Amino acid sequence: MNPPPGSRASAAKKSAATVSWRDVEPAPVVLVSGPEEYLAHRAKERVRNLLRGKQPDLEVTQLDASSYTTGGLTMLASPSLFGEAKLIEASSLAQMNDEFLADTLAYLASPADEVWLVLHHGGGTRGKKLLDAVKASGAPVVDCQPMKKDADKLDFVRQEFKTARRAIEPAAAQALVSAVGSSLPDLAAACSQLISDAESAVTEETVEKYYGGRVEATGFKVADAAISGRGAAALASLRHALATGVDPVPIVAVLAMKLRQIAKVKSAAANARDLGMAPWQFDQARRDARLWESEALARCIQVLAETDAQVKGEGRDPEYAVERAVTMIATSARR
Amino acid sequence: MSVWSDLPGQSAVIEQLSRAAAAERPAHAWLFTGPPGSGRSNAAKAFAAALLCEQQDPAERGCGTCHACRTVLAGSNADATLVATENVTFSIQEMRELVGKAQDKPSSGRWRVIIIEDADRMTERTTNVLLKAIEEPPPRTIWMLCTPSPADVLVTIRSRCRPVSLRIPPADDVAALLVRRDGADPELAGFAARVSQSHIGVARRLAADADARHRRDTIVRLPLRLRGVADAVTAAGELVDISNADAAAASEQRNESEREALLIALGAPEKGAMPPAIRSQLKRLEEDQKRRAKRSLSDSLDRVLIDLSTFFRDVLTVQLGTGTELVNEYLRQDLTSYAERSTPEQTLGRMDAIAQARQRLGTNVAPVLAMEAMAVSLL
Ligand SMILES: [Zn+2]
Repeated sequence: MNPPPGSRASAAKKSAATVSWRDVEPAPVVLVSGPEEYLAHRAKERVRNLLRGKQPDLEVTQLDASSYTTGGLTMLASPSLFGEAKLIEASSLAQMNDEFLADTLAYLASPADEVWLVLHHGGGTRGKKLLDAVKASGAPVVDCQPMKKDADKLDFVRQEFKTARRAIEPAAAQALVSAVGSSLPDLAAACSQLISDAESAVTEETVEKYYGGRVEATGFKVADAAISGRGAAALASLRHALATGVDPVPIVAVLAMKLRQIAKVKSAAANARDLGMAPWQFDQARRDARLWESEALARCIQVLAETDAQVKGEGRDPEYAVERAVTMIATSARR
Repeated sequence: MSVWSDLPGQSAVIEQLSRAAAAERPAHAWLFTGPPGSGRSNAAKAFAAALLCEQQDPAERGCGTCHACRTVLAGSNADATLVATENVTFSIQEMRELVGKAQDKPSSGRWRVIIIEDADRMTERTTNVLLKAIEEPPPRTIWMLCTPSPADVLVTIRSRCRPVSLRIPPADDVAALLVRRDGADPELAGFAARVSQSHIGVARRLAADADARHRRDTIVRLPLRLRGVADAVTAAGELVDISNADAAAASEQRNESEREALLIALGAPEKGAMPPAIRSQLKRLEEDQKRRAKRSLSDSLDRVLIDLSTFFRDVLTVQLGTGTELVNEYLRQDLTSYAERSTPEQTLGRMDAIAQARQRLGTNVAPVLAMEAMAVSLL
């Protein structure tokens, strides 16, 4: 594809500091811009993790650019009592107020030592003056554009597997993109599910089993009903699924994933970022977790491991094994 | 220096095998058994070397210095074949090729020796092919099969083999081997031999690799970190990650050097496109490597659980006051206070949960889920 005439100079100027969300490194100021929230989330997460890796006592603070009051940034950026490094994550720059614009412009001229500022601008023209100033300063810019082309989504899948040192066959990656590629968070969640379950290279068959149209919908439907304690609904969808030939294996996998998420959010210190969950996933799991006592959760995880063995050839009646697990889970949720 | 010197703590076996090597007509099929890491395949290799040794006096066989002894131990003797297919199971095709090879006369030695390192990974159909070969052996062929326990092979095979049973070597002997053969630091070698419970291969790795020691330490301390179900599930994920890292570290370098060796053997061009014949060979190698990666991950998960179980073995030792030495002596303080907070019955229940996870991982249960079920049982 040829660039439109006249765009080359500006593209070159911009690309001087443009980095991929996968490669972004911490810098005194980093700009994450563009409408794809999920990529912005990953870029911010990467910067945060890299910093934490180097400085375990990193102090992380959030700053909302739309409700900012003058002096806030200077205060956050001033040295702390114990000299910890600081990461300031400023969000909602697309709705920034004039106070934020003025303070941040001033801050750019002399960023504080041991302070890392990440600016997240979701798109639009508000604060263009600041964005231009950041770009001119040579700060890294992460451009988070929605992935429209299948080729980009395929590349995303390949990279996810490569980073996790796992393999996925090309046909399987293609199948995954067609099954859940319409939403990037879903695609990412599917990748991480397959990465955590797969023992060898993921095949098209596995993808079909997990995310083939029917199964995806059914597995989640059964799991959602079961963990929210709606036993009758859970059993009805399960029986319908089994009657129409759905494999019980991925249903058990979805149930396990849900219980895993509930268990993880039970920790007081849990947050979506550290758990690698999308914010909506985290909120959902937190809501589900209210129905779950720790002991019940532990018991159901044990039952599910046994069920997994049963549906994978250790038992004579895999369908009964899943029914039993679903019933047990539905009756263990506190209603 | 003889072929027997790297078999720590196995004097009875050495006695048995050197007598057989000196005999005019040794038995034509042998079954080497012993717990993992006791040195089964090393014993078989040493025996093969002794059988092919060039010393005139039969009593001197297994000298370790003649050409035959050295090439057998190095794996480059044409008359000694070591099969470590490292696939998840032997394929029937591989077994047929092997049986065909067994019909050949030895090229220069007295015997043709075929060692199968993991005979327990054979399927029943494959075993039947092997059984035929063992029932009607060519006159100069000697088979050696290695498995953890005699029960791992069919009784029809077992009954045709002369048994050789290795014992768990004393930790001091393993440590001495690491110092003498690998030049390990004596103190580290002693530590590695003890915490690996005398598994020679694991001990060697622990003595040589600080990362491996660190990984083991993380695993063994895990019960001390569990406060609730969230910790347990997180820890289960970590254990699987550790196993993955471990398996990847073990295979990465090896895969690459195998690939290079194959390219050289096939006379591949240094640059430019690969001819189709070479590409298909490479593809086959990659498939083998993938199969091996799967097995190496399950071996590594199993190792994680064995390491973890030493924690509870020690806790039980403290609780019952048997006074025997702890595997994880360096954690005595933590182990003692953990032991005081729980009962021997609880400890046994936790050990059962670990054993069950090992058994489940041997079937096809998702590793993370099997680990989670185990970890929540430790709460
Ligand atoms: Zn010799």
